[in-house]
Amino acid sequence: MMSTEQSDVFRQEARDLLDSLEQALLDLEQKPDDYDLVDTAFRALHTIKGSGAMFGFDQVASFAHAFEAAFDRVRKKQAAPSRDLIAVALVAKDYIHTLIETPEKADAAAGDEVLVALRQIVEAGAQAKPTAAPASSPSAALLPPLEMLAPAPAPAGQTFRVRFRLQPESLTMGANPLLMLDELRSLGSATVTALTDKVPLLGELKAEHCHLGWEVLLTTAQPREAIEDVFMFLRDDMELEIAPASETSAPIEEASPIQAAPSEPKAQPAPAETAPPPAPKAKTPAHDDKHAAQADKKKPAADNTSSLRVPAERLNELMDRVGELVIAQSRLNQIAGASSDPSLKLVAEDLARLASGLRDTTMGIRMVPIGSLFGRFRRLVHDLSRELGKGVEFETTGEETELDKTVVEKLADPLVHIIRNSIDHGLESGAERLAAGKAEGGTVRLSAIHSGAEVAIAIKDDGKGLDPVRIRAKAEEAGLIAPDEKLTDAQLYQLIFRPGFSTAREVTSISGRGVGMDVVKRTIDSLRGSIDIASKVGDGTTVTLRLPLTLAIIEGMLVRVGASRYSIPLSAVEECVELPASVDAASSGRNFLNIRGGLVPFLRLRELFGVKSAPEPYQKVVIVSAGEQRVGLVVDQIIGNNQTVIKSLSKLHAKLQTFSGATILGDGTVALILDVVHLVNFGQAYEQRLRSEIVGRAA
Amino acid sequence: MTVAQETAPESMKALTLRLQGEIFAIEAECVREILDIVPITEVPNASAFAPGLINVRGRVVPLADLRVMFGMDRPPPSVDTRIVVIEIELDGEPTVVGILADKVHDVTDIKSATIEEAPKVGVRWPTEFVRGIGKRGDDFIVVPDLGRIFGAEGGSAVSKATDERKTP
Repeated sequence: MMSTEQSDVFRQEARDLLDSLEQALLDLEQKPDDYDLVDTAFRALHTIKGSGAMFGFDQVASFAHAFEAAFDRVRKKQAAPSRDLIAVALVAKDYIHTLIETPEKADAAAGDEVLVALRQIVEAGAQAKPTAAPASSPSAALLPPLEMLAPAPAPAGQTFRVRFRLQPESLTMGANPLLMLDELRSLGSATVTALTDKVPLLGELKAEHCHLGWEVLLTTAQPREAIEDVFMFLRDDMELEIAPASETSAPIEEASPIQAAPSEPKAQPAPAETAPPPAPKAKTPAHDDKHAAQADKKKPAADNTSSLRVPAERLNELMDRVGELVIAQSRLNQIAGASSDPSLKLVAEDLARLASGLRDTTMGIRMVPIGSLFGRFRRLVHDLSRELGKGVEFETTGEETELDKTVVEKLADPLVHIIRNSIDHGLESGAERLAAGKAEGGTVRLSAIHSGAEVAIAIKDDGKGLDPVRIRAKAEEAGLIAPDEKLTDAQLYQLIFRPGFSTAREVTSISGRGVGMDVVKRTIDSLRGSIDIASKVGDGTTVTLRLPLTLAIIEGMLVRVGASRYSIPLSAVEECVELPASVDAASSGRNFLNIRGGLVPFLRLRELFGVKSAPEPYQKVVIVSAGEQRVGLVVDQIIGNNQTVIKSLSKLHAKLQTFSGATILGDGTVALILDVVHLVNFGQAYEQRLRSEIVGRAA
Repeated sequence: MTVAQETAPESMKALTLRLQGEIFAIEAECVREILDIVPITEVPNASAFAPGLINVRGRVVPLADLRVMFGMDRPPPSVDTRIVVIEIELDGEPTVVGILADKVHDVTDIKSATIEEAPKVGVRWPTEFVRGIGKRGDDFIVVPDLGRIFGAEGGSAVSKATDERKTP
């Protein structure tokens, strides 16, 4: 019985393999001639099958086996990777996913259906593509029976002489020649001879290196590919020679098996004829494939040494500790600043440098490239494109852009919504596009780029664009805006993020129900990000999400209101001014400032926070941007900038949206971090209440 | 949840503390530490039950005032005032919370047999917040139901009633 921990390891591994399978399949759709992709897909399947069986996931193993068997036709170029095939293969991949993650939900009948569909397509493909398959052999178009690979067949058929030699260091990479020999034996009757000619003298012998080679005389009914499959994972890194046993070393060896194996009983038409395409590759690893082999070799090695799976909780714990260290360090700094002891100052400076280095490194650990997220959308676009019958080209750039893992995870849903909207509403049908003089297939571009302390993620389509007139009509109908309200286009576009807003004329299964965009807005707000929309009728729409690099630490501006200190995210701060005494005195009924000719309303935090002590004579205004508007926040004192380690508030304070969290200051006290957007909304609601009181009194 | 165990064991090890005139008992298992009064950061517009935040060894911890839930007077902290840091579950999440105590007494065993249900008559506190009334010598000890008390705050039904500090 496998422990759950091991199963978890398998699940994790399988998830990665399924991802790479999916990517390979999707790539294959674009480049059906790229047989490296076929190999990648095949290898992923093969590994899932192998480790599935090893970890006791028998259903997974047997399904993957059948899937692999079908897909093998493609690998042998007997069937083309058609669109239909890829679509079914993707469904099969999903089924494996279900089998692994929630086996109780897997429907065996559905799985069988998928397999049948897969087989039909592959067989149809094989017949339709006679150039790839041996034309004269209809049997080649049929799949090998599934049980064929499992038990050792009768020792009949041809005899091959298989010579192989592994790279000296391959043992340390985990290769096990014994397993290969066993596998060869299972193919038929085999005589194994060790080649000891390269074994060095004892003094030069390296114990962990593989100095032996093997020669196996194998009599088997299996085709040559079955032998090659034994070496599938190492083929690029080894010397392998597979020759018919006659050993005439004739250049046209394909012609010889019949003479070499005189006892050839049953017709085995495929091996000799289908062997050529893959065979040369296997036989001459040292020459033309050298570069590829080297590249391949480097990649897995790099993966093994440079990445490490760490549970996210441990990382969070580390982040917390570093946060505490930063706080303790700034306390030390205060003490050192007040002291005249030069050695204390020196230590404090050293510690400051180390702490900030440690903080940056730790933050770096949490950063993951956004490409991991982009990969998921290719499948979405593929499925949508099929479902809606719109040709969609999906382009991504900036996959290497790094973002905090938490941010990346939370971005998945909003991006799904936006991409769905782009394809469903944004892109026109093929006919409409042609009529508008555009290419028939639409394009959706997903890009990510660093800009300052932010990452901008843009989703750009070349569809029909947003129609301000229709948005306006819809908004008026829904009562979101007054009929005579003057709004810029940008303001109009922001309306689509309101709950219940949808301009789609017909509701499809994908979008148009008016849920989604408000969720997008809320999620991005919670990540302290913003959304911009640019659109031109007929040209397309670009939705840009701007997100902070991390959620764990922000630059804040520390202010004091009454006796308490608060941190305002510096990214929201535009400028600071003094509240002119005249305005202060006059602003009983109206609270706005004239900033370089512009009208900026302000909120008194003392009022909002219920501070009872008398205000100080010179009040300051911090002007912040809250969504589309600029608002001033009146405070008692501006203390300065500080690095703020964000600690989230407990459930007891979860309902207070005016604060996005808290932080611990250098002197050990806790300061609240203001959520500017929610604070402004709160201020509006508060003033609304005051207004209605005035109206109430007047009435 | 450790606090609201249904099947009471033979006896309960509890920390006794005083809130105004009453002795309360809190299961010792969930108590993490007892602190002298520390600077409290007021949270504007929060309920009176959870009015502030404190720094407990580098963690930001909410401070709760049980006296609010029992309708008691709330004089400012004195020399005896302590903060009892406990860990409870809020919506299934373990949460560290500080509780203000007018005075902390000691850790004591309370025999389960002596804990009775709060009588329907003669109690002005919301009875759902009281798990039982225990006896020690001649004194009565209130065993509060911390799960319900903090749960009610999350559900907001009670907090409004007891929150006299309205938004300005």
